[in-house]
Amino acid sequence: MKLSYDAVVIGAGIVGAACACELARAGMRMAIVEAQIIGGGATAAGMGHIVVMDDSPAQLALTQYSQSLWNELASQLPPNVEYDRCGTLWIAADDDEMQEVHRKQAVYAAAHVSTEILDAKALAEAEPNLRRPLAGALFVPSDAVIYPPCAAMYLVECAKQAGATLYLERAVAKAGKGRLVFSDGTEIFAASIIHATGASASRLMPHLPVRKRKGHLVITDRYPGFVRHQLVELGYLKSAHSTSSDSVAFNVQPRRTGQLLIGSSRQYNNEGTGVDQNILGAMLARAFDYIPSLQGLSSIRVWTGFRAATPDKLPLIGPTEDASVFLATGHEGLGITTSLATARLLTDHLLDRTPAISLAPYLPERFACEAAHA
Amino acid sequence: MTQHFDIVVVGGGPAGMAAAACAAEYGKPVVIVDDNLTLGGQIWRGKDIPAAARKWQARLDSVSAHVTRIHGARVFSQPVPGVLRAEQNGRYLDIAYRKLILATGARERFLPFPGWTLPNVVGAGGLQALVKSGLSVKGKHVVVAGSGPLLLAVAAYLQTHGAKVLAICEQAQFSRLLKFVHSIVTDSGKLRQALTYKMQTMSVPFYAGCYPVSAGGGKKFESVTLRQGKRAWTIACDYLACGFHLVPNTELAEFFGCRISNGKVAVDKWQQTSILDVYCAGEPTGIGGAELALVEGQIAGYAAAGQQDKAHSFFEERARRRKFAQLLEETFALDPALAQLPQDETLVCRCEDVPYSVLKHEPSWRAAKLHTRCGMGPCQGRICGTATEFIFGWTAGQVRPPIFPTPLSSLGAKPELIELQETR
Amino acid sequence: MPERIALTINGRQWETSEGTTIAAAIMNTEAACRTSVTGEERGPLCGMGICFECRAIVNGVPHQRTCQMLCQDGMDVTTQ
Repeated sequence: MKLSYDAVVIGAGIVGAACACELARAGMRMAIVEAQIIGGGATAAGMGHIVVMDDSPAQLALTQYSQSLWNELASQLPPNVEYDRCGTLWIAADDDEMQEVHRKQAVYAAAHVSTEILDAKALAEAEPNLRRPLAGALFVPSDAVIYPPCAAMYLVECAKQAGATLYLERAVAKAGKGRLVFSDGTEIFAASIIHATGASASRLMPHLPVRKRKGHLVITDRYPGFVRHQLVELGYLKSAHSTSSDSVAFNVQPRRTGQLLIGSSRQYNNEGTGVDQNILGAMLARAFDYIPSLQGLSSIRVWTGFRAATPDKLPLIGPTEDASVFLATGHEGLGITTSLATARLLTDHLLDRTPAISLAPYLPERFACEAAHA
Repeated sequence: MTQHFDIVVVGGGPAGMAAAACAAEYGKPVVIVDDNLTLGGQIWRGKDIPAAARKWQARLDSVSAHVTRIHGARVFSQPVPGVLRAEQNGRYLDIAYRKLILATGARERFLPFPGWTLPNVVGAGGLQALVKSGLSVKGKHVVVAGSGPLLLAVAAYLQTHGAKVLAICEQAQFSRLLKFVHSIVTDSGKLRQALTYKMQTMSVPFYAGCYPVSAGGGKKFESVTLRQGKRAWTIACDYLACGFHLVPNTELAEFFGCRISNGKVAVDKWQQTSILDVYCAGEPTGIGGAELALVEGQIAGYAAAGQQDKAHSFFEERARRRKFAQLLEETFALDPALAQLPQDETLVCRCEDVPYSVLKHEPSWRAAKLHTRCGMGPCQGRICGTATEFIFGWTAGQVRPPIFPTPLSSLGAKPELIELQETR
Repeated sequence: MPERIALTINGRQWETSEGTTIAAAIMNTEAACRTSVTGEERGPLCGMGICFECRAIVNGVPHQRTCQMLCQDGMDVTTQ
């Protein structure tokens, strides 16, 4: 029997799960294929920060739009998604960075994202364990944190309820021209094939401009109230911007459980899954610099993961040269945040609906020349 | 500062003591890194230790010029190749080695059943360890249950410390126990030990093919319901001491990439693992008791010190003692019915309170971890991972640092650059 | 006779003999060591530092495995 679908999503990470859910709810006959575990790749490795970011106007538009979609969804999320609108504090260490706080506030205000500037005293009250003095912070109250693997599970469940078929623990050998071949040789057919395979995207599509960018995270035992907001140093932007060298930044997240997630690191050209003591040490030193009393807390686990990084820090969403193949990958560190917008934009595109924001900045064709020359 | 040693022994139980004593006989600088406060491991703990323990203590003392002892230190990572990092009193120690001997012992296997999380439902070895470290059981009523030769020893120990043991329940069937006893008749030491324990617990009813099906009580444990065949009955008591034999501590070996086979660290005839210069001795290579651990420790110690001839002289004894390990494994193999004990609401993961009902739908250990938080707590899956391996047949995943929860300051500290030394 | 050690457990003074672990001392007071994440009372299970059920706050530091720590004079222990 020939199995055929309107669309098949490859990859049940948060992006693939969101796409499957959105497309199934739009009435498409869907399949979603996962080689290993739902939400088990970068979705499990990342922090789960739903954050508005302003590296570029296109990034701001996408993150803001997606956050609004998360806000709509929030009340329906099951408790194990641990949705918590704790807000982000962008921390300014000195007066220079305080200037950045003001600049950032202006950008956010222009986009109608409400923020609040905290001076040194207000910051110390908001987060008593931060070192003193610090210059201040920009508080973004609409940012939230979630536990992404369960969010992916929830989205897959929604997709299934809307009629989607899940192919679990099925590796894909080949996909294109409306046909998907599993590693066991069996095949399914679909008018649209959506690659949502994150950092592994180039396995099936070697010419994609997606590179693995390794990250480390540490999680502690439970210390409720030790940190109350997602804390990110403004220097993070410098680190996240850098496309060449290894970098670390102070980025600490309070979990609903009372645990703390401590990041972050960025490395290219390191595809081993092992923990790199030097980068781990540098990352923790940075965290201790901001929160000295972290040093005595008990750590339970360290892990690594791979972000799907593109040269311009924007994801790849939309059609490719193969008319049946679409991309939803390259989200780097923002896959959790932008998953819902990615799904909505892709669905709008496939169904020829007018999108809420322009898809243009994220279209894969912007790298078409490079890919052709690669 | 990094301390340098030729041979680093991790674990100070019988295997580790023997390995260190033998390796040091030839003047190699040796260190024992042990997470307990005194040598002897779990088995030779406290004041009432056997003659063998004193003998090995004395042998170690005789080579003390070459043996450094680091107590209360737990190895949790390898910051750079050739260096172990241990945590001790909230600080870290970096210990460089040329050869490593892993003698990390075993732990009790715990299986979930309704009520097993109540306070005073304790491991069998667990209750013994607690009594050795100051818990008073005088006049307390105890039921000892689970599996393995430890049960009799624990019951005898508790009796001599003033507890009233009401029942000893061994899940293995009587026929298998008979075969076991028959086989150790030729081993006078083991037989004498078994008889001594049996004499000491003569007045206590012993049930074979019997196991706890639930522990009852409000906030605290009050009674245990036992099942033997079709019969089930309830005994009121203060403690249930329940452990289902032992499982090897293989985490450190796994962390170093040593090949694990059937839950045991695979070793060659010199006790060397699949990783060059990393040896393993004692319970991690298969549960065989202190005597086998001592023999393996001696072989590993001599082999690591380059004394292959000396090591070779223990091969015969090892072969004989491994037969006993095999016998243990067969005798105390778990009754598959034990996997049916947890009810939907029974918590399987005690750190994160994950019930059986949500785990039974998960396809694998990693999926369960990610989707239910099972194994995500501070025990890092040592309790629930062992249980789910038996109940669901799951195998645990990759071992990463920290192998034990450790202060962030120790985890992050930058390792000293060490010069690579020429190895002989 | 071994030396006696005085420590505070949950705000009350207790005496114990030298060489007693905190876990054993807590059990001797008939208290539980910790409250689990869903609110169950828990006491030690393994007695050898593996299971983390004996965690308590020792001298202000939470999550201490009390079965691996000896009581010391003047110690302040609170179950968590």
